[in-house]
Amino acid sequence: MKAPPFRHMAVAAVLALALLVPVLAPAYRSQLALLWVMIVFALTWDLLGGQMGYNSFGNVLFFGVGMYACVIIQRDAGLGYFTGLFLGSGAGALLAAALAALLGSGILGLRGHYFAIGTLGLGIAAGELASGWQFVGGGGGMVPPLFPGEVGGRETFFYYLSFALAAVTLPFLRWLYASRFGLVLNAIRDDEDKAEAMGLRTTRYKTTAWCISAFFLGLTGGAVGNLLGFVDPREVAFAGSTFGVWMVLMAILGGKGTLWGPVIGAAVFHLTKELFWTYLLGWQRVALGLLIVVIVVFFPVGILGWARERWPERFGHRIDEAEAGP
Amino acid sequence: MTFILQLERVRKAFGGLIANKDVTLRVPAGKIFGLIGPNGSGKTTLFNSIVGHHPIDGGSIRFDGREISRLRVPEIARLGLLRTFQQTRIYGGMTCLQNMVISVPTSELGWRSMFSRSPPEDLRRAEDLLDFVGLGPKRHLRAGDLSFGQQKLLELAMALMSRPKMLLLDEPTAGINPTLINGLLDRLRRVNQQLAITLLVIEHNMGVIMNLAEYVYCLAHGELLAEGNPEQVQKDPKVLDAYLGAR
Ligand SMILES: Nc1ncnc2c1ncn2[C@@H]1O[C@H](COP(=O)(O)OP(=O)(O)O)[C@@H](O)[C@H]1O
Ligand SMILES: [Mg+2]
Repeated sequence: MKAPPFRHMAVAAVLALALLVPVLAPAYRSQLALLWVMIVFALTWDLLGGQMGYNSFGNVLFFGVGMYACVIIQRDAGLGYFTGLFLGSGAGALLAAALAALLGSGILGLRGHYFAIGTLGLGIAAGELASGWQFVGGGGGMVPPLFPGEVGGRETFFYYLSFALAAVTLPFLRWLYASRFGLVLNAIRDDEDKAEAMGLRTTRYKTTAWCISAFFLGLTGGAVGNLLGFVDPREVAFAGSTFGVWMVLMAILGGKGTLWGPVIGAAVFHLTKELFWTYLLGWQRVALGLLIVVIVVFFPVGILGWARERWPERFGHRIDEAEAGP
Repeated sequence: MTFILQLERVRKAFGGLIANKDVTLRVPAGKIFGLIGPNGSGKTTLFNSIVGHHPIDGGSIRFDGREISRLRVPEIARLGLLRTFQQTRIYGGMTCLQNMVISVPTSELGWRSMFSRSPPEDLRRAEDLLDFVGLGPKRHLRAGDLSFGQQKLLELAMALMSRPKMLLLDEPTAGINPTLINGLLDRLRRVNQQLAITLLVIEHNMGVIMNLAEYVYCLAHGELLAEGNPEQVQKDPKVLDAYLGAR
């Protein structure tokens, strides 16, 4: 199916705008860098939660592991700033993926709510472990090395780095969802018993999916540790009650199980949240809590899910049989 | 005669309820055999035992020359022994065509091919099989939006897509529009003859199985009550009793 030309144009316009942010809106570079990070959060969460039907509340673990691994390598490997950052992020991503493989073979045997609950403890446990481990700075966390460039260069650099992370994750997942692997994930979501009865090696696919999700989260962790300039075990790296919950909410808000839903959800959520922090000072957390309730109650299928139910044909779904042909 | 499926004294209990009591049954390769019995007689449980859905409490199950009673569901499926479900299971959120192309034999889903799109020959075979069961015009619809009977046909087509050696069909005509049942039976015969797939069919409806199977096993209260060709079994007073008693 060919995308209509206006969609290509819209994507091109957003891309151009995104690339020009440091020129057009230099004051918002850090906030918008975090927007790209949120998009990666929502996208990687949806790989399991939406496409495969496994709601994970522990994905923040992989983000934190990637962050710590990166900053440790930057601290101890004696490399230059950029070499340390890139090698560190890469190593963090691989470590996070390896951890997902290890955990997946156990936890992914759990179904439904049991899996969700099983993952709930992951981020909390990791935060506690990191707080008590002096090698990684204990409860005080770690501070990544200083950015070497001139004043203002740091914000621009991390803006583009975050943008690049989202700009790699999205097309990668788009390709993945169009492959047979994507279909297997959907099959597991729709009826895992059936998938097994058809001979599919479901555990292998589920674990692979979690590894992919962990890889991109680990990669992002290194960048975010440096972007924020500090690594706190509970508030930043393994921040289950903020990042960990937001991942889930953003994907649900935009529309679980769609490619663009998490992107839309992350954008809407992040902008709303920033507005709350700016205009509702003191009440921002209450407002955010209410927003979460509204999302879950009124948008159970998300913005894109809602749109798809209203205009199914626009989304390539056929509701009658009159239409035939490839 | 070579038996593709051989059950020896298979036993399965749920607590105090013995759902399969020392069931011995053989199906020769290339045939259509039937499994009948009143509701609750243990037919579905026997299918579940065969495909590894639950561990059995005793006996032996051999498929294609090897003991399978300790294998798990996907392992048995990969040997070419597939079942369809009485309650019908399809991937409801996916289109019929997607349901089909993801049902190719898993031996064709190596790492490399896993991360590519379905090749055109898979799409063509999927469409042919959908046409075969009469769902061709519905191939782009969400499977979950089909009627129960149509979902049953889709499930059959998915099973065929994976090129099994043998199919265990659990009440394939249940919920199918009565005017379409003869067409379905005709297709099942073609599946058996043209694709050389052995069939073991559970049927609640005596008339249907008499029409389809060349040999029939009858269960009642978990026990094998009678076996033989359809005419014999139909006249067997024990079978008549079981069916009347169950009403
Ligand atoms: N998982 C289970 N747990 C407990 N009892 C079961 C289970 N599955 C089936 N049974 C019981 O075993 C008996 C046989 O059921 P079933 O095999 O479904 O019969 P049929 O398919 O012949 O109608 C019934 O009494 C049913 O209640
Ligand atoms: Mg039954």
